[in-house]
Amino acid sequence: MSLLEIKDLKITFGGLDALSGLNFHIDEGEIVSVIGPNGAGKTTFFNAISGLVTPTEGDILFEDETIVGLDPSTVTSLGIARTFQNVRLFPNMTILENVMVAQHCRTSQLVYGALLQTKAFKREEREIRERAIEVLEFFGHRLVGYRMDQPAFALSYANRRRLEIARAMATQPRLLLLDEPVAGMNPIETAELTALVGRLRTEWGFTIIMIEHDMKVVRDVSDRVVVLDHGVPIAQGSYDEVSTNPDVVEAYLGRPVEAN
Amino acid sequence: MSTLAAPMPSSALDQDWRKVLRWGFICGGALIALCLVGMPVELDRREIIERYLSLGYLSVVLVPLVIGWVSASQVVLEGFESRKQGLFDLVTGLVVGVIGGGLLSLLMVALDTWNLRDPLVNWSPKLFRFLTYENGMGFGAGAWIVTCGVLGLAGASLHVVPRFARRIVATVIIGLLSLSVLEAAVSDVSEGFGLEWLTDLIYAKKGGLTLTSAFVVGAVIAVVAALTDGRVKAVTNRYRDMEGIERQKTSMILFAVVAVLCIVLPMFLGKIMNELLANVGLFLLLALGLNIVVGLAGLLDLGYVAFFAVGGYTTAVLTSPNSPWFAPELHFGFSLFFVVIFAIIVGLVIGAPVIRMRGDYLAIVTLGFGEIIRLLFMSDWLGPYFGGAQGITNVPGVDLGFAMVKGTDPRSVFYLVLFFSVIAIYVSWRLQASRLGRAWMAIREDEQVAEAMGINTVSAKLMAFVVGAVLAAFSGAVLVAKVGSVFPTSFMILISIIILVVVIVGGMGNIAGVMVGSFVLIGVLGGPKQPGLLQEFQNFKLLIYGMLLVFMMLKRPEGLVPSARRSRELHQEEFLQDAWLRGDKPGIDDDDDAAPLLVGDGGGEEE
Repeated sequence: MSLLEIKDLKITFGGLDALSGLNFHIDEGEIVSVIGPNGAGKTTFFNAISGLVTPTEGDILFEDETIVGLDPSTVTSLGIARTFQNVRLFPNMTILENVMVAQHCRTSQLVYGALLQTKAFKREEREIRERAIEVLEFFGHRLVGYRMDQPAFALSYANRRRLEIARAMATQPRLLLLDEPVAGMNPIETAELTALVGRLRTEWGFTIIMIEHDMKVVRDVSDRVVVLDHGVPIAQGSYDEVSTNPDVVEAYLGRPVEAN
Repeated sequence: MSTLAAPMPSSALDQDWRKVLRWGFICGGALIALCLVGMPVELDRREIIERYLSLGYLSVVLVPLVIGWVSASQVVLEGFESRKQGLFDLVTGLVVGVIGGGLLSLLMVALDTWNLRDPLVNWSPKLFRFLTYENGMGFGAGAWIVTCGVLGLAGASLHVVPRFARRIVATVIIGLLSLSVLEAAVSDVSEGFGLEWLTDLIYAKKGGLTLTSAFVVGAVIAVVAALTDGRVKAVTNRYRDMEGIERQKTSMILFAVVAVLCIVLPMFLGKIMNELLANVGLFLLLALGLNIVVGLAGLLDLGYVAFFAVGGYTTAVLTSPNSPWFAPELHFGFSLFFVVIFAIIVGLVIGAPVIRMRGDYLAIVTLGFGEIIRLLFMSDWLGPYFGGAQGITNVPGVDLGFAMVKGTDPRSVFYLVLFFSVIAIYVSWRLQASRLGRAWMAIREDEQVAEAMGINTVSAKLMAFVVGAVLAAFSGAVLVAKVGSVFPTSFMILISIIILVVVIVGGMGNIAGVMVGSFVLIGVLGGPKQPGLLQEFQNFKLLIYGMLLVFMMLKRPEGLVPSARRSRELHQEEFLQDAWLRGDKPGIDDDDDAAPLLVGDGGGEEE
């Protein structure tokens, strides 16, 4: 049984087909990379899964239940979390708060508990905090300690990316969507994050779909690669299969000039 | 760090004349605007120092003094050494004052020559007489040019005199002026403490200080200022530098002192002051509610007065025997229960359709709803139920068994308001640091991402709306119990605006800020209908509000007492710079061994 299955997904903006006829599935525990040139529809694909964009046609099944038309928050509470290509943190909240707030859909206390400071409220607050710190500690010392109480805008670029992943982890997802997690990082940071993506699966049990341009990362972590071009999947398979596929080469590099 | 010296002028006349001219015109413009607004003539009757200075003349002469000071202050860039100030700056102030006085004289000539009374209401012979001291034009013009020049010079000279002297002069001036301007309040307070003999001694019979008492009191203030010089600052600095437990302890003690003062002080205050405090409390309650909606959740609600009205009308209908349609004459305490219920219902009804809108659209739609509620209460349709324009009168006060809270006894109203304010403060404080509070903050930062992170934004925003609505409704209930009647005109759009100004000027998102905001605006300047400490400025209140708002937006957009978060937001650059200077190097990625060195730093940017 697939964790996520997408059938004939079509998304149209005005007259433009951002995605057309996409079939896709991912099994529990897999890491699948989605690659493709700019404008291929990769981010639209993520937006459709996370509920930010409603598909024109087709169906998206998460654990055999359709999630088309659900609010993004509902989708997240079902167990799908994402990061954004252009890092979108809550810049004026502290690092700890960024991660704490992401546990909203896993917790339940409202006005009453906060006003009366009930036992349940205090316990939940403590659990939220502990879990947040646990998630942050996954990234080593970078996001914990004195940094926890600093606003997110004070972080360096690479740390913002890390924090965004931490925030997605805190929603306790089963499926994690990473939108270009290593974009803009230097080679050392890239290598480190590649290793982290692997650990996300082994230690945290996440199933991961990743959009990535860095082919080395794609090669190192993914079980399977899906190539999109102009909203159409043109190839699927292991990295080696895909990277030698003539259609893929053409999509990236163009057709060789025919000799007459 | 090496410091660079600012460019040194070669002589006192080597001025940046464009700048001087600009300030001169600003000075003149301010003087003319002030006169045409009518402030000096209207305030001329009120004496500040008997026979020598009226509030009208004071309002005029303050202008060149302040602008003289401002024009002569130098901009010092960080890392630059400030220039030693002297004759050069005195010339600046003098010229600015003279230009201002000159422009004012031109106004005098114009007043004499043309009659522009039609568009400009205050273009009157009265103003001419005021400006010329009833001594003819030549004298008037000369006098104003000289006075303004001297005052500009005096303002500028404050930069030149040593810091100590400057502080004492400023304290004496401010002390004397406040003592005189706040005469009504001071007498009221001293009456409560049985000190009438003192006020009789200081103030003249017709109001204002007598010349002798001005000198004596001024001397006393000077001595006190000289003795306490620097001490106040040392104490506040020490408080600021405290950490952890010690700071917590001190804060607790401060809090206890304030609490005791709040309970004990009103017993000694007279009617005027208690009335004033009760008004401040009413608006504090409203502002705290709006602070949750705007400051925490970031929903710009311009129709907040609607919930105020709902609270007021619910109480009036349920408690007054004069309610035209349904008059159960419940006790105030019981009616509160229904106030909460109706506030929640109306909050949901108004909130549900508008909450999906963002930013400006939300502001405009709520503005409309605020007016709709008021017009509904006034309409013929609901007239039979709520009394239309006649409103509902004869609302009884709050019978507490041992005491009766009524408008005629402002002290009891103050305690009632205090009770509700404490509730509101507690609610804001607890919610801020809760799951819901964090969700509100996230929505304020980036609604789409908040939603993608699993926050149901619609229900979270509705929750903010409803909590705000309940607090506003409490305020409405207290208002009605205090005034004893309710009319649609009590719920004008202006109230929404003023509450928003209170929140903005005080410091959005900060409870202490909102408290300071309501004291400054409602307590000192006065609410929409309630006089504040500066009763004389009643007619110019909105003008002062507007000026204050513009000034704050330009100079201190985070408010008087900002929340740490908001000032960080508005000063991100400075925050990053400070952190960089301390060695935190944000924005630059840390290599692995850099971070542990900084752990001890504690990230202590929050005050």
